[in-house]
Amino acid sequence: MAQMNLLQAINSAMDVAMASDDTAVVFGEDVGHFGGVFRATSKLQEKYGRERCFNTPLTEQGIIGFANGLAAQGSTAIAEIQFADYIFPAFDQLVNESAKFRYRSGNEFDVGRLTVRTPYGGGIAGGHYHSQSPEAYFTHTPGLKIVVPRNPYEAKGLLLASIRDDNPVIFFEPKRLYRAAVGEVPEGDYQIDLSRADVVKQGTDITLLGWGAQMELIEKAAAMAQESGISCEIIDLRTLLPWDVDTVAKSVCKTGRLLISHEAPLTGGFAGEVAATIQQECFLHLESPIARVCGMDTPYPLALEQAHMADHLKIFEAIKANVEF
Amino acid sequence: MSLEPQHQVHEAVMTSGHALKIPVLKILQADGTLYPGASLPSIDKELALKIYDTLAFIRVLDERMLAAQRQGRISFYMTCIGEEAAVTGSAAALSDDDMIMAQYREQAALRLRGFTTEQFMNQMFSNEKDLGKGRQMPIHYGSNELNYMTVSSPLGTQIPQAAGYAYGQKRAGKDALTLCYFGEGAASEGDFHAGLNMAAVLNCPTIFFCRNNGYAISTPVEEQFAGDGIAPRGVGYGIDTIRVDGNDLLAVLAATQHAREVALAENKPVLIEAMSYRLGAHSSSDDPSGYRSKEEEAKWREHDGVHRFKLWMMAKGWWDDAQDEALMEGYRKEVLAAVKVAEVIERPAYNTLVTDVYDTVPKHLQQQLEQTRAHMARYPDVYPADTDKEA
Repeated sequence: MAQMNLLQAINSAMDVAMASDDTAVVFGEDVGHFGGVFRATSKLQEKYGRERCFNTPLTEQGIIGFANGLAAQGSTAIAEIQFADYIFPAFDQLVNESAKFRYRSGNEFDVGRLTVRTPYGGGIAGGHYHSQSPEAYFTHTPGLKIVVPRNPYEAKGLLLASIRDDNPVIFFEPKRLYRAAVGEVPEGDYQIDLSRADVVKQGTDITLLGWGAQMELIEKAAAMAQESGISCEIIDLRTLLPWDVDTVAKSVCKTGRLLISHEAPLTGGFAGEVAATIQQECFLHLESPIARVCGMDTPYPLALEQAHMADHLKIFEAIKANVEF
Repeated sequence: MSLEPQHQVHEAVMTSGHALKIPVLKILQADGTLYPGASLPSIDKELALKIYDTLAFIRVLDERMLAAQRQGRISFYMTCIGEEAAVTGSAAALSDDDMIMAQYREQAALRLRGFTTEQFMNQMFSNEKDLGKGRQMPIHYGSNELNYMTVSSPLGTQIPQAAGYAYGQKRAGKDALTLCYFGEGAASEGDFHAGLNMAAVLNCPTIFFCRNNGYAISTPVEEQFAGDGIAPRGVGYGIDTIRVDGNDLLAVLAATQHAREVALAENKPVLIEAMSYRLGAHSSSDDPSGYRSKEEEAKWREHDGVHRFKLWMMAKGWWDDAQDEALMEGYRKEVLAAVKVAEVIERPAYNTLVTDVYDTVPKHLQQQLEQTRAHMARYPDVYPADTDKEA
């Protein structure tokens, strides 16, 4: 075990993946010698050579198109999109190509060896284009897997599982936590299963569900609620597609209440999908309406970022209102 | 990169968009003889016969399947008429290990690789024997065994994919490359720019093969680009580029053979622009009389690449009219018989609705399939009953 921040854990995951698989290739804008604008790919070129860790021209559709071809050929393709805000030029390659490659060919071809890493999320004064959480655009796309880790240990284990999963995975990295989150991480090889939610803390009065950087705020709100005598069960969804309905439903059938929180805007956000499903699965157990504490339905603002965010105070208030319903 | 003193000026001098004059490679004349001074590509009788066999088959297939679409037997069709020489000539320059990534009008390349008449039919009739499991529209062929990447409808997406595939081939140390077909309309997509630039910068052994056939559905090239076609763009990306008469099979073969040597020896991409004409409609859903003249089509029919190649083979003593008639008649019968077989083969089993979305079927999809099956069982008149069959 070693102390690592989230970036170091991600770097370590790629190091392990490249050491154990000679076909594994890491590429994107500025990921080469420079090691990435966040240093996530630091030293990988030095260690594995330019052929396996390299800069691409500045073209997101090109990066993902290239990655699709490389993965279809049988190589392990680990592509980086510099900010999740800039993944949209590659939307066509991801949604029409990556996601449908295996299905449309009758399994003659697939891009299962593709992983797309991209920093997402706000709270860093990033304004419109360095703050977005676009996961819900992709959870509407059969064929993709969507994974979001919450801390360094989870990040390394989930990224290694994503790289080795035989399906295309988009791996959203909470950049607010890149250096802020530090923890014990095994230096060697380990994986955390995809499509399995993690019950972070047991509780009895209400289930709180989130993913990624939002987990920190949810835990903070839960601690405040605890002081008010409310026992919160906290679940990190970890994989958004395909997601672990059973773990969430089991928890809600026990607590009778559910609050879902994410950074992305409310309307069309993934909380809506979770709420609709849990309402169907747990209808007779629900004691209050399912609450959603999300970003406002605006572009991500700069000066008024704090008001826009689904912060721990908004979550805390929503917990109280829900329990008192 | 540095600017040499001889490339500097001190008053504003514009360089014209047409400054670069790219020549057109021509080897075979309309009468089947070679141009004076032209040299033959590497081709023997065996290869020539294989090429002509493909040309003849595709002519028959296109004619018969367009008719089948008109009769409502298949939902959609796209012919290759006018471009058989460009597609077959280029595919004939490849090794079977080379990957082919097509747009959709390159069925001749697939045939040359050995795709059987039955396989074509099974795809078009979306039956349970289709390699693609009946999921895509007709003409979206693919075969792992034949290194022919499954076709998809979104234009240009295969272009950067070809760069990536070729990069993987290079790293694997195989003596193989990727050839990527696309039309001049698709070259206006952002993926064209992305793919060529990435292949050039990342040293990918890729042959980009543009079929410039004059039209993207109804849009003529004058409304597609203002420059001198596609070829000068390759030069702009630092890519070795060649323009060729797409109706001259020997010229296409020569250009692609040369491109393959360069791409593999130097690990770099090559761009080929084949100048041709789309003699047929864009697809079975299109009527070209709304946007171009019969005279224009007739003029291009005289440049038919299949006929020209046949004349050359006859002059060599490798082919004659009797052989030709027998071959065509044989294929007419074969295709008709294959239609009758394919159209009565069953549809894919219902469980294939949810397989291959992922490597394994996730729980939520299994549930959706079960719900759908329970629903269908209630309305057996509407949903054909093969609900228990597993593929």
